[in-house]
Amino acid sequence: MNMQGSKHADYGFNTLSVHAGAAPDPTTGARATPIYQTTSYVFDDADHAASLFGLQQFGNIYTRIGNPTQAVLEERVAALEGGTAALATASGHAAQMITFHSMMQPGDEFIAARQLYGGSVNQFGQAFKNFGWHVKWADARDPESFRRLLHAKTKAIFIESIANPGGIVVDIEAIGAVAKEAGVPLIVDNTLATPYLIRPIEWGADIVIHSLTKFLGGHGNSIGGMIVDAGTFDWSRTKKYPMLSEPCPSYHGIKMHETFGDMAFAITCRVLGLRDIGSAISPFNSFLLLTGIETLPLRMQKHCENAKAVAQHLSRHPKVSWVSYANLPNDPCYGLAQTYCPKGAGAVFTFGVRGGFEAGVKLVNSVKLLSHLANVGDTRSLIIHPASTTHRQLTDDQKTHAGAGPDVVRVSVGIEDVADIIADLDQGLAAA
Amino acid sequence: MPEYSDDLIKQVLSSVHTVAIVGVSANEARASFFVMKYMQGKGYRMIPVNPGLAGQTLLGEKVYPDLNSIPDPIDMVDVFRNSEAAGHVTDEAIAIGAKVVWMQLGVINEAAAARAERAGLTVIMDRCPKMEYSRFSGEFGWVGRNSRIIDNRRKSLGAGRSALSRDAIGKGKGTL
Repeated sequence: MNMQGSKHADYGFNTLSVHAGAAPDPTTGARATPIYQTTSYVFDDADHAASLFGLQQFGNIYTRIGNPTQAVLEERVAALEGGTAALATASGHAAQMITFHSMMQPGDEFIAARQLYGGSVNQFGQAFKNFGWHVKWADARDPESFRRLLHAKTKAIFIESIANPGGIVVDIEAIGAVAKEAGVPLIVDNTLATPYLIRPIEWGADIVIHSLTKFLGGHGNSIGGMIVDAGTFDWSRTKKYPMLSEPCPSYHGIKMHETFGDMAFAITCRVLGLRDIGSAISPFNSFLLLTGIETLPLRMQKHCENAKAVAQHLSRHPKVSWVSYANLPNDPCYGLAQTYCPKGAGAVFTFGVRGGFEAGVKLVNSVKLLSHLANVGDTRSLIIHPASTTHRQLTDDQKTHAGAGPDVVRVSVGIEDVADIIADLDQGLAAA
Repeated sequence: MPEYSDDLIKQVLSSVHTVAIVGVSANEARASFFVMKYMQGKGYRMIPVNPGLAGQTLLGEKVYPDLNSIPDPIDMVDVFRNSEAAGHVTDEAIAIGAKVVWMQLGVINEAAAARAERAGLTVIMDRCPKMEYSRFSGEFGWVGRNSRIIDNRRKSLGAGRSALSRDAIGKGKGTL
């Protein structure tokens, strides 16, 4: 059996989007990645089973821990991000849960930008509190605000590359330098940028998180998450990360970092996190997300082109008081956008509608093409008024800090004809 | 990290059969034990070398105190020792006529490598043969590893361990 595999270094991003991780099915020759809709996999004999359960050999055991369709998705995203390995999960929230589970113990802290997806603000501030994991909020626009919150108990720094919902571009390298000095990993949620626009590992991220539900999958049909291990963090330098550096009782005393080297974090998240927490992705969702990723570069080009045109139009609209889109020359993030994402500033941004809360509600009630729903990164254009929906649970102060004040409307610009998107917003604003 | 072409590594893994694994541990939680057991499963004959375990049996093979005590011809020496100790092991490998010296992840001894290459041996440093085998056979993809390989042909995998052989990684160009 000849194997003509070639190194990724020889291939561009578009090629990796279509091919990385996938190969013709060994049994049937099927060219598209099959949906391995199975819960479990036979062992050859007791010794083979023992090797798999002891992590002495990699292989398929049970779909809660891994699945061949999921594995293609994992390698695809690991390749696009330039990581060593990845783990797919049932959702972006599950990816975050498993990531922090691998590094936090009760009483530990981590520092997160307060400009985050509202769901993450809830998860970090509410659910994590019950485990004794404490979040400290910093300002994504001020790297020094992270340094001021560092503490002996700090285990990680968490940011979004392009922050939801405001669409602000974050100085990953400067915040990464704070993390490096403190000896803690930098975790970057790269959902809104996708690796097509920003590859956070190249700017100092140690772990990259995704909600695949958004632009990576791109079609609004499947929930999924991903953890990408950059392979850059030294988990054994201190005893702050015992799950990685100390003997693991449930695997005969294996030390994860010593044994799995530059993919230790991804393996730990799988065999200790996913195994015990249980938030596995379904094979069918893996298939749909994988199919979506094949067209990621094409879609992102169109999303960014449309978003820029819509943002430009709104910035001149009499019913609009401000537009926060990093690709407009007068935006405070314009310089960072030129550095971090010269191909485009993504397709999610916010604007202020004159008339405040009531006008925002009227606008989302009046649009006919844009869909009023709580998602971003769909082929379809989406609109939401965060203060009355996604960020409703937050206090007024938190809403404003998170960029979700009463007049704020968020759009996720789709890949329809841009004239149709603009016409629909115009008629909606006329009613607002 | 030293650079090696994929062709070179495939050529090594597909041409060697008998491998002495120096510094192997009898503790089944250690990476050296994993490697020996895994490579045995792929059809390699693995001969353990560890003076502390000499005379005992590990995974069905007699343990030798050093390379020179092994009665059988050795194709490759896999070095699970630190970089400094790898120098002496390399000299022993040259003396017994091994064709390949393979130093594990994190083990780099440039002077020893130069001596071995002058003696006509192939040297791989700072790599793990288990990881490389897994990468070329496609198994690594099962845990989301970025293999850095794109392949448009099907592999002879999928029927479980018993169907795997050293052929699963494909042949490199030529033989050693």
